[in-house]
Amino acid sequence: MKKAIEMAQVISQKPLGNDIYDMILHAPQVAREAVAGQFVSVYAKDASKLLPRPISLCGIDREAGTIRLVYRVTGENTGTKEFSQLTDGDEIRIMGPLGNGFTVLPGKKAFLIGGGIGVPPMLQLAKDIKAGVAQGLVDDNGEKTGEIPAIQIVMGYRDAATFLLDEFEEQGESFVATEDGSVGTKGNVMDAIRENVLEADVIYACGPMPMLRALKEYAAQQGMECYISMEERMACGIGACLACVCGSKDKDEHSNVHNKRICKEGPVFDAKEVEL
Amino acid sequence: MNLSVNIAGVTWKNPVTVASGTFGSGAEYSEFVDLNRLGAVTTKGVANVPWPGNPTPRVAEVYGGMLNAVGLQNPGIELFCKRDISFLKQYDTKIIVNVCGHSTEEYVEVVKRLQDEPIDMMEINISCPNVKEGGIAFGTDPKAVEAITAEVKKYAKQPIIMKLSPNVTDITEMARAAEAGGADALSLINTITGMKIDIDRRKFVLANKTGGMSGPAIHPVAVRMVYQTAQAVHIPIIGMGGIMTAADAIEMLLAGATAVSVGTANFVDPHTSEKIVEGIEAYMMKYGVEDINELVGAVHA
Ligand SMILES: Cc1cc2nc3c(=O)[nH]c(=O)nc-3n(C[C@H](O)[C@H](O)[C@H](O)COP(=O)(O)OP(=O)(O)OC[C@H]3O[C@@H](n4cnc5c(N)ncnc54)[C@H](O)[C@@H]3O)c2cc1C
Ligand SMILES: Cc1cc2nc3c(=O)[nH]c(=O)nc-3n(C[C@H](O)[C@H](O)[C@H](O)COP(=O)(O)O)c2cc1C
Ligand code: FES
Repeated sequence: MKKAIEMAQVISQKPLGNDIYDMILHAPQVAREAVAGQFVSVYAKDASKLLPRPISLCGIDREAGTIRLVYRVTGENTGTKEFSQLTDGDEIRIMGPLGNGFTVLPGKKAFLIGGGIGVPPMLQLAKDIKAGVAQGLVDDNGEKTGEIPAIQIVMGYRDAATFLLDEFEEQGESFVATEDGSVGTKGNVMDAIRENVLEADVIYACGPMPMLRALKEYAAQQGMECYISMEERMACGIGACLACVCGSKDKDEHSNVHNKRICKEGPVFDAKEVEL
Repeated sequence: MNLSVNIAGVTWKNPVTVASGTFGSGAEYSEFVDLNRLGAVTTKGVANVPWPGNPTPRVAEVYGGMLNAVGLQNPGIELFCKRDISFLKQYDTKIIVNVCGHSTEEYVEVVKRLQDEPIDMMEINISCPNVKEGGIAFGTDPKAVEAITAEVKKYAKQPIIMKLSPNVTDITEMARAAEAGGADALSLINTITGMKIDIDRRKFVLANKTGGMSGPAIHPVAVRMVYQTAQAVHIPIIGMGGIMTAADAIEMLLAGATAVSVGTANFVDPHTSEKIVEGIEAYMMKYGVEDINELVGAVHA
């Protein structure tokens, strides 16, 4: 997975409501190499904003050479605010693909779980599993090696302002939880799993820390495997500055201490390996 | 046209290195940058034993700069010698190993371990604001600066660069102390201690509360300190602090630095260091400068 820095061209951008934006970029070098669960560093044009913004790949179209970013504008005068104002034909500098991405266990029935702004990366994972091309289901030459697992999708949102839901429904059986109960189960993704009496062998998840903690605990109780995508403040995005570490159970081979670089060894980790 | 500079007897092919802690030991950036194009690579600080560093968040963006409190996480000198030095030896560039410690004994232990390693220079970080003991404590008292310089000089077979902190009232006092202790060169500036507060959560953004500020916002402070230091000592200076472009690098040379170091700019664009080498060449061409050394300290009143 060779990393590239490229001037990506905005193909389209549309708001999905509640400060969430959906942007398609022509970025052939990144698209060619990327797998689900990886992210890109996005650089602001405003020179006072030095650091790249890490954004997960919500979509990868390897043929068209495009990637899709679904992201939240976090406030006024932010980098994401600047990104949201880009329109068709504008250019934006990105680096990627970064991190490891999800590795799917062949034949193991899976929950795909997303919470809040952790929802987007699960969409490409769902598509890649369904098509049998996810990392773990193919070898280096793209030959299919493993049995395509069944999936169930569980998404958690704050309120009725859900996003990407219709697209998840096209990929598989989908369940929803909202904090205010306006759609699906009232509560969080754990409540949706219980209410619908769902079962699986393995969890792939991305979302806020409380959700990841709950999933780690649940997986341990159930004896399930659990792979989670983590978040941390970054500077280099490629493993050089040691800004983005998380605690690890074992001594990490690179760092020689008990922590791992989220941008390099992650963002996807076996929940058993990391401290939350 | 000559781009090579001599720092304490070590000839760099050009005056550009990368700042400690922003470039690891080069492995990650080598996917983007041809390390052979750099005068030297300066590695992340390394201690006698592995250090886990500070809790996260370790970095924050500020207007025109950033704060970091990585806390000198490093794998310890043993693994570093085995893995990182042999990696860098593949390239035609000078190797500068940045050394950190909590006490004189710890610094000395690392220096001794490095004395027969195939590295070109050592940079002693007596100025890190992000560790509780050592680091900056050594860098803000002239007596301590002189003493630790003299102590590491006893054991080092390679030239010693003392890295100075800007968090002092008079940088020239520290520079003179390092020179008196036998330093072969100086590098400055390390980061300026800062703080950022999240007003919505009413919390410090960094887990460490304070962090070292770097990036373009500190460049004028660095230029001023390099200029003052160049007036005060006779040993060469590696200038750093907010260098983003060749123009910033040339400013540093004119202020009195013999070489420059690119730090935070690597995060903005991994190609910055190479671009700066090219930009310096273009500047020399434009002004008919035959030898880069003509630029060193060439600002006139
Ligand atoms: C691996 C990874 C994948 C991500 N994927 C997505 C995604 O697909 N969609 C999405 O909306 N968000 C995603 N995020 C979060 C996103 O990076 C932040 O919301 C974003 O950086 C905020 O930048 P800003 O310009 O809005 O805010 P500013 O306040 O201008 O940011 C200031 C600085 O803080 C950093 N920062 C602020 N919040 C975060 C955060 N939560 N995580 C990491 N850095 C932060 C910024 O990168 C920047 O350096 C992801 C984060 C990581 C680590
Ligand atoms: C993330 C980060 C880590 C750093 N780590 C070290 C270090 O380990 N040792 C050291 O001497 N300086 C360290 N520094 C300081 C830089 O080497 C440099 O002196 C400073 O950042 C100013 O240059 P800049 O503005 O170009 O970044 C670090 C700086 C940053 C931003
Ligand atoms: S952001 Fe630099 S190591 Fe991860």
